[in-house]
Amino acid sequence: MPKPTLALLSAFLFAFGVSLLSDRLDPYYLDVVIGVGINLILAVSLNLVNGYTGQFSLGHAGFMAVGAYFSAAISLFVAPAFIGPAGTSALSQGAFFLAALATGGICAASAGLLVGVPSLRLKGDYLALVTLGFGEIIRVLFQNIEKFGGALGLNRIPAYTTIFWVIAFLALTLFVVTCLVHSTYGRGFLATRDDEIASEAVGLNPTRYKIVAFVIGAFFAGIAGGLYGHFKLTITPTGFGFEKSIEIVVMVIMGGMGNTLGVILAAVLLTLLPELLRPIAEYRMIIYSLLLIVMMLARPQGLFNFKFGQTRS
Amino acid sequence: MSEFLQQLLNGLSLGAIYALIALGYTMVYGVLRFINFAHSDVFMVGAYLGYYLGKLVPPGTLWGGLFVLFAAMIGCAGLGMLIERLAYRPLRGAATLNVLITAIGVSLLLEYSGQRFFGAAPRVFPPIFPERNFQLGALIISTNQLVVIGVAVLLMLGLQFIVYRTKIGTAMRAVSQNPKAAQLVGVNNDVVISFTFGLGSALAAAGGILYALNYPSIDPLMGVMPGLKAFVAAVLGGIGNIPGAALGGLILGTVETFIGGSQWSTYKDAIAFAILIIILLFRPAGLLGRFTAEKV
Repeated sequence: MPKPTLALLSAFLFAFGVSLLSDRLDPYYLDVVIGVGINLILAVSLNLVNGYTGQFSLGHAGFMAVGAYFSAAISLFVAPAFIGPAGTSALSQGAFFLAALATGGICAASAGLLVGVPSLRLKGDYLALVTLGFGEIIRVLFQNIEKFGGALGLNRIPAYTTIFWVIAFLALTLFVVTCLVHSTYGRGFLATRDDEIASEAVGLNPTRYKIVAFVIGAFFAGIAGGLYGHFKLTITPTGFGFEKSIEIVVMVIMGGMGNTLGVILAAVLLTLLPELLRPIAEYRMIIYSLLLIVMMLARPQGLFNFKFGQTRS
Repeated sequence: MSEFLQQLLNGLSLGAIYALIALGYTMVYGVLRFINFAHSDVFMVGAYLGYYLGKLVPPGTLWGGLFVLFAAMIGCAGLGMLIERLAYRPLRGAATLNVLITAIGVSLLLEYSGQRFFGAAPRVFPPIFPERNFQLGALIISTNQLVVIGVAVLLMLGLQFIVYRTKIGTAMRAVSQNPKAAQLVGVNNDVVISFTFGLGSALAAAGGILYALNYPSIDPLMGVMPGLKAFVAAVLGGIGNIPGAALGGLILGTVETFIGGSQWSTYKDAIAFAILIIILLFRPAGLLGRFTAEKV
């Protein structure tokens, strides 16, 4: 069996093992770990777009919102019709959760396609702005859909997200992104990032690569959104504003763009930092933002990027 | 018809504020080619400076109001130059993304410091200018609207003078056209960039106070939405283009006010971004910008 597949399967087994143990773990730590895991899925999927393909997107939270809303809608409005109001067996519950997450992911991917096709013709700052704009438009749209609770959002979402699902989907995200980037096809992403004109000259289609990266990134953002909704149990449109997108982008850049391991470390660090600073609650966000500036000044290539001599613009 | 004129007036005064903020974005983009995310928080600091200074002067007098306005502009100019010196100058020549993240860091720092030191709860902005309403036919014009439009027009004329008639303005245009060549002919880029930040931040402070006068409630996050929309205005007019920023601001403010008064008012915040997307797709250089082809 090829190595990555083996790693994926063992990650699933590991997730299952942890979920058996989860009753004995401190619920606070379990919550923190689930939060970290969801942020990791977001950061790793955005890294495919921002890091490997070099397309600066500021709309990731918008796709997360699409996934969160549609998967919550499946769990709230569709699933009870099949399994009754009180969830029957754990197996059918799991199956429906999987279906809900998949729906959320596919809806987010479709939104990604819809957004990506027109906007990926733009570059750099302009692309960042357009994606930011689309993210905000998605937020305002959800605010105006009565079925989804308008500005109040959806609540009483069933608490399906467990540590098992988070680890399993994190493993799947890592598997897909890593295998894709290291495949023959995936070299096109790197070529698009490194020099778009040169990649065009050797016969690649940069626009198609950008769109593929964007759609896959949006798919996993949708999955992360679904997990988030079934973890927090209540979602509001304001929770998916551009602040959330920026939070994810910061993780990617701090990790060193296009460096999956670095991005993972940065996402863990940045999710835990506010938790660690909780004792000095009044100043913690001030310290967080100061650290952000200082880290950018001290290590502009990313905190965990140890490949020197490479400059990327 | 009178309702249309009334809305047009409201829209123009909102647009004038957007234009003032947009000018700062567009000038910084002109010389440094990056989106200064912290600009919208300088706007917020300007409003708070106005709030605190407004307690020192007798309320409701023209001279007191103008004093507050100028003092806040000078304060924010200093803040803008300080931010540039400490956070952006060390990154000169680094990748745009890093500067962008630093700007986001500065923006968060100002917002959270504001929440800590000014308090997170909204405050009522004092009426520092005299308040009266004039009746012109069916049209009601408030002194605040006159102050907003008057101050904005004067500041824009002043800016036009600085940029096109003074030595430092010529240097600014030189740096925005080609920083290296500007340096070769003896322009000190650091001084010019610092001046640009000071100028932009002063305009943002003026915008902040004028905004606070019209919507008399200020809070540490008040800059986020106007800031984003002002940036949209700058892109709409053609980024790096000063008359474009003014035009973009006026268009955006007017459109938004008309949408806000219609049955689609809940979509008000989305309109700015929809305009942004349409303009970038069909005319990426903006209304007044010139399109430049990428060279290999």
